[in-house]
Amino acid sequence: MSQEATKEFNIDTVDNAAGTPDVELPWAELGLKDNEFAEIVKILGRRPTAAELAMYSVMWSEHCSYKSTKNHLRQFGQKVTPEMKKDLMVGMGENAGVTDLGDGWAVTFKIESHNSPSYVEPYQGAATGIGGIVRDIISMGARPIAVMDPLRFGAIDHEDSQRVVHGVVSGIGGYGNSLGLPNIGGETVFDPIYQGNPLVNALAVGALRHEDLRLANASGVGNKVVLFGARTGGDGIGGASVLASESFDDTKPSKRPAVQVGDPFAEKVLIECCLELFKASLVEGIQDLGAAGISCATSELASNGEGGMQVELTNVLLRDSTLTPGEILMSESQERMMAVVTPQNIEAFEAVMAKWNVEYSWLGEVTDTDRLIITWNGEVIVDVDPKTVAHDGPVYDRPYARPQWQDALQADTFKSSEAGANLPATGEELKAAALELIASPNMCDKSWITNQYDRYVGGNTALAAPDDAGVVRIDESTGLGVAIATDANGRYTYLDPYAGAQLALAESYRNVATSGAIPAAVSDCLNYGSPEDPDVMWQLAEGIRGLSDACMELGVPVTGGNVSLYNQTGDKAIHPTPVVATLGKFDDVARRTPSGWREEADGQAIYLIGTTADELDGSEFANLRGHLGGLPPKVDLAAEKALGAILINASRDGMIDAAHDLSEGGLLAALSEMVLRYGVGARVALDEIKQRDGIDSFTALFSETQARALVAVPRSEEVRFNDMTSARGVTVARMGIVDAQSGALEVQGEFTVSVDELREASEGTMKKYFG
Amino acid sequence: MSAELPLIGDYSTPSTELSGARIGVVTFPGTLDDRDAARAVRAAGAEAVSLWHADTDLQDVDAVVIPGGFSYGDYLRAGAISRFAPMMAKIADAANSDAKLPVLGICNGFQILTESHLLPGSMIKNDHLKFICRDQLLRVENNQTAWTNGFEAGQEITIVLKNQDGQYVADEKVLDELEAENRIAFSYVGWNPNGSRRSIAGVSNKAGNVVGLMPHPEHAIEAGFGPDHRGTDGLAFFTSVLTHLVGGKK
Repeated sequence: MSQEATKEFNIDTVDNAAGTPDVELPWAELGLKDNEFAEIVKILGRRPTAAELAMYSVMWSEHCSYKSTKNHLRQFGQKVTPEMKKDLMVGMGENAGVTDLGDGWAVTFKIESHNSPSYVEPYQGAATGIGGIVRDIISMGARPIAVMDPLRFGAIDHEDSQRVVHGVVSGIGGYGNSLGLPNIGGETVFDPIYQGNPLVNALAVGALRHEDLRLANASGVGNKVVLFGARTGGDGIGGASVLASESFDDTKPSKRPAVQVGDPFAEKVLIECCLELFKASLVEGIQDLGAAGISCATSELASNGEGGMQVELTNVLLRDSTLTPGEILMSESQERMMAVVTPQNIEAFEAVMAKWNVEYSWLGEVTDTDRLIITWNGEVIVDVDPKTVAHDGPVYDRPYARPQWQDALQADTFKSSEAGANLPATGEELKAAALELIASPNMCDKSWITNQYDRYVGGNTALAAPDDAGVVRIDESTGLGVAIATDANGRYTYLDPYAGAQLALAESYRNVATSGAIPAAVSDCLNYGSPEDPDVMWQLAEGIRGLSDACMELGVPVTGGNVSLYNQTGDKAIHPTPVVATLGKFDDVARRTPSGWREEADGQAIYLIGTTADELDGSEFANLRGHLGGLPPKVDLAAEKALGAILINASRDGMIDAAHDLSEGGLLAALSEMVLRYGVGARVALDEIKQRDGIDSFTALFSETQARALVAVPRSEEVRFNDMTSARGVTVARMGIVDAQSGALEVQGEFTVSVDELREASEGTMKKYFG
Repeated sequence: MSAELPLIGDYSTPSTELSGARIGVVTFPGTLDDRDAARAVRAAGAEAVSLWHADTDLQDVDAVVIPGGFSYGDYLRAGAISRFAPMMAKIADAANSDAKLPVLGICNGFQILTESHLLPGSMIKNDHLKFICRDQLLRVENNQTAWTNGFEAGQEITIVLKNQDGQYVADEKVLDELEAENRIAFSYVGWNPNGSRRSIAGVSNKAGNVVGLMPHPEHAIEAGFGPDHRGTDGLAFFTSVLTHLVGGKK
């Protein structure tokens, strides 16, 4: 097949479209609804060309347009106080939000999903998830400084989990490790509900000086538009192959890979190359190429800038010369960036490209015509108002209603169920339950995963998994830095979508505060089923309402994020899983609090902050017994705020040497993890909290009541610590002491378990299943 | 053109009595740990000089560190392309000259040194086939090199290990020679984390000025930003070379 023939056949010019209104177009195969296609015809006043159809179909997709969620997501912008906006330099809508850190520094971070590609092709799906989010960070003018990856897989013992887990973890490692970005945390959950729909979310954070901030807009009429980085290929073209194979050209190869293929070396070079461009102020605007590729980059840059752009598409460097214009516009080939450069800077720009051996091509220029004109060998194939492509997509108010089964689900509490009968009570039973919990897939040690990631590169990692939050230093001279934690609990959110989303925020907020940082901003990745199912749409609406309410109450703004819908197999949707990332500020990361005590802490007092109620529904323990029903733990944001203030102040004033929040697995899990962090034992007693809170030993150990944390307080600081907590009206209990000699965790009057036994239970599980 | 150091951090050098020493840090496309290596050089009290792979000017440096990373993505064979860099030719000449320029290759830098035949042996994929990142216990087998004279012979140290292709291999004759000539600089203690022959973590050339190892001393130079236990064992690599330079210069 000759290149010439292909090109000729595919040129569906604007003139041609105007003259042939009745040509059948494969809009349905491209995912457009009939009303959406009609709207495009109305906007253009004629049928779209093949290239225009490609652009609209991909930009109006759920993924790019947020058409099902836009009306709900508005709440994140509405429920904010002036105080919350104070440090916000760039809010939602740009590639990533930017928060002021002080001293002229700013930080940008964002979490995104790469779920379905990671199921289809785990290695490349997960790898390119990292690549994409990192480019979002570079687009803001920032140097990426760390990544994180919250993961949810199917059952640990399901045969397909081998393929998915090995692929995803090595993909994240293979790509992330090659970029020189420390992977500082995340989480890993196993649940059969994610079997056909694993969740692979990726977070990146970057740092920049205020003056380096860049935005995605094409300003300055006459400025040049350049595409640089990798060449454009046929990867990542999902529906676009329809354009090639159906009505347009029967001779072309019709199947193209829907999953993009990553080249981490190209990305690493692109990072350094972009930073050099920023440093020399050589670009006016910049945009990464992610979903919807050139369609997205040209329409967004143009509509956010002077309003117009002229592009000659044959200038795009290709890996595959047989690509049609529509495919070129839709291709999601990785490691590409588009920038706007003034004519005076062209030479300097080209010198930077030459130094880093990066390929580039000049595509066209910025205009003020309010039209995005794309030509193919000079013939116009796209002539649109870029706003209609990028911003004026359809918006739906999808019907939603509280599912009929919700009441029955909430009435089915753990303790009233068969699974909740005969709970462990004796010391021996409690010990067995403790070891079972610590060895369970969700609670077990995940170093099998994190040891495949480089957490040290950059030399600025102050805390990383398994600590509560990842902490990175940004300014070496002052110690200024950030903490980030990502959290979600799909089971809680299934039981109560409103509360569950708030609990995800509460936990990530708590984790950041536990490390000693002041929570400052939130990014969220909303993973849900199909919005066309009213049950799921209700979960989504409730989740967004809950999260935005809680952000307002805790005073942390949402700065960006991502919505991933249609995570379901047949009629079975995943548990609603809003993953919330909270970013906290550190004036000096040297004062960060690790999640365990060292030998030097021998004899320090262990305090439990907060009270414990009987809250086992949706808990890890109930999950171990195969039960899911009832109501999740109560949300108490005022208590979270008070707890956070204590943990931050205690860190700042040097009152605590270790801190760990209580969440999944409750007190028992937190104690075990603190002991295992540095292999140093402890002696604790439950009497005071049992008596005070009116609960039994089992509940004390396994309940998942929120707004609690364990801390280790040096003897010399106990008076100050108690003064502070009582002045703030926060309940604490002195549970016991760090014991560096015993080599065991002793719960007095109940059981003693050696550090070795705990470690064996905790570390054995991942090795058993994954080698 | 020298590789500009990046946007973040303070790159000034504290003034010390050893401030006269200039240590080059080479950056290839895909190098990752160059900033860390430069930080380690400065922490030891010397001036870090950025060297770009495509340049040919060694800028009168007194020693060179070839840092870790995935130069050229390791797509061919780790270090196989980087060895042909113009800067590498200069470094090889200087290392083999009478001046015996001290050269330290870390991880990918070690791989580049073996590909350049400045050091014997080669690295293949870890025996367990996975990338591994951990705090690694090492034994200093030879403290007579330019980069290890600050250690006691037999001293055990903890620094960071992180690699995909870290399994050191060489034929039996070479391994016997290395042992006989006391050129095994470091061994892994306890579990062999990548299947390296004779648990070798690092080796030196005959003269002791060129040392390569898979683990990363530059990630263990500052308390709180390295291994959990004994976080600063890596600093002595960089102070050793200063001692060597002072002694050598007289």
